[in-house]
Amino acid sequence: MIVVAENLSWGVRNKTIVSEVSLSVAPGETLGLIGPNGSGKSSLLRLLAGLKRPMSGRVKIQDRDIAEVPRRVLSRQVAFVQQNAATDTNVSVLDVVRLGRTPHRSALSGWSADDQAAVTTALERVDMTDRKAQAWQTLSGGERQRVHIARALAQSPKILFLDEPTNHLDIHHQIEILRLVRDLDLTSVVALHDLNLAAMFCDRIVVLQEGRVSACGSPETVLTEPLLRDVFRVEAGVSASPFHSRPHIHFMAG
Amino acid sequence: MTSGPSESGTLRLALLLALCLAVLALAIALATAIGDYSIGLGTVALAVTNGLGLTSAEISPIEQSVVWNLRLSRALVAALAGAGLSICGAILQALLRNALAEPFVLGVSAGASTGAVSVIVLGVGAGGLSLSLGAFAGAFSAFALVALLSNGATSGPNHTILAGVAASQLFNALTSYIVTTSGDAQQARDVMFWLLGSFGGVRWPDFQLLLVVVVISLAICIFMARALDAFTFGDEDAAALGIPVARIRLIMFAVTAILTATIVSMVGAIGFVGLVVPHAARYVIGPLHLRLIPACAVVGAIFMVCADIVSRVIVAQQTVPIGVVTALVGVPFFAIILYRARPQS
Repeated sequence: MIVVAENLSWGVRNKTIVSEVSLSVAPGETLGLIGPNGSGKSSLLRLLAGLKRPMSGRVKIQDRDIAEVPRRVLSRQVAFVQQNAATDTNVSVLDVVRLGRTPHRSALSGWSADDQAAVTTALERVDMTDRKAQAWQTLSGGERQRVHIARALAQSPKILFLDEPTNHLDIHHQIEILRLVRDLDLTSVVALHDLNLAAMFCDRIVVLQEGRVSACGSPETVLTEPLLRDVFRVEAGVSASPFHSRPHIHFMAG
Repeated sequence: MTSGPSESGTLRLALLLALCLAVLALAIALATAIGDYSIGLGTVALAVTNGLGLTSAEISPIEQSVVWNLRLSRALVAALAGAGLSICGAILQALLRNALAEPFVLGVSAGASTGAVSVIVLGVGAGGLSLSLGAFAGAFSAFALVALLSNGATSGPNHTILAGVAASQLFNALTSYIVTTSGDAQQARDVMFWLLGSFGGVRWPDFQLLLVVVVISLAICIFMARALDAFTFGDEDAAALGIPVARIRLIMFAVTAILTATIVSMVGAIGFVGLVVPHAARYVIGPLHLRLIPACAVVGAIFMVCADIVSRVIVAQQTVPIGVVTALVGVPFFAIILYRARPQS
């Protein structure tokens, strides 16, 4: 297991957001994190990536408690893609991807061959090589998200955390991003809203409800009609898709 | 392409830097030559080498004294003040992720003016030294208040900016209260003049102190340049890139506070330079801080020395406050940049 969370709890003031969450992620796996609004997906993702400190419990990445790993060392193993990270600065695509090398460079070191190789590969992986000189501000939403993923890949991480990377994208770009993430030779943990997309692209799914894990397993075992009613408060029929054989959810208009 | 863009740009950058330093040297020479009492550049050169003890050329003691004791120290302090304020502006714009951030956004100038007024009007202490000390103490208490209000500057950029606004309002109110209740018209005028900035009183000891503070600050900022780049997409993104966000933020705020407070306590709150120079430099050299910070330092220095020359020659027999000139000269220049950098729709 490359990521192991043990009894993670976190909250603000008197409100508990994440409560006693334990889970583990296998190397190379794409794990989906789903749950209604306010169920603690984003917070859990940040706890796993070490961006928030748990109030109790711990996260182990490659068998080391991340609370004991320096920020910089951790960021060579773990990359995080926010939803809609924006800037007013006039940066180019290449500038943004090069930021991914930050944890590998000391304050005044030059640009190494390793740095260049990582950036070149990352740009190729998201198919933005030809656009590397383009200004960030002129990119569309889907392109920006691809550049953020390229920057995360330039960190040469073992594990990629993505917080609703398909938010505000059209269906073509949603599928494009998730296909990209699925096909990476990395372990990835993705918070998602769209249940059908989660079913299509994730190896396993963790369902959060009010900060607790209410189900965990393959899409077939997790995405059931009773669970959709209990957790998401929707009436739906679930059947194996005749096209890709993953579960497909048919929502009822009622 | 196998080499990074930083490689291909290095030569161009070095040439640009050399050119800027040459322009700076020329500006300082002109600032030393030009004035109510004009002195030829040749005499200036001799007076400087005399002052450094390299030559002992025969020039009139008055010219020697004007060049060495008055104008050269003044021009060098102007250069350092311009460099320092510009660096502070660049750093605060990066950390607060706000294009309007400038050295006085954290209340430092308001605090300095309260400190200065306490000295001038209330007579806390006596003499020129304590005016500077008062201003420095005031500037630093404003910064401490902002740090306190924003939990050590860890509560996010907007929270920090609001804390700065609150501190500025508080200290401005204190200044006004002191001036209106216990000051007379002349004292109010003195305070006003001091606030707009003046290089009139500066001498060599000022230069030495400022040189040390600017060089140390510049070194720290260059060392942290990569970390500043990582703030492009915000605090959380910087943290995900391995930056110890809270520590960097506090160190950088402390550096800008000390640098700004030192400058304000010497020459007053000279506006506009710290806002505009970083934008101008970024427009030419790009957003990466390893280049931007040195660029800001030289461009800021050139701008301030030129502004000082203008302030001395624009009205005969009189020196216009430097803050007035930086705005009058700077705004049209800034307007051109704003126009050329406007978003293409």
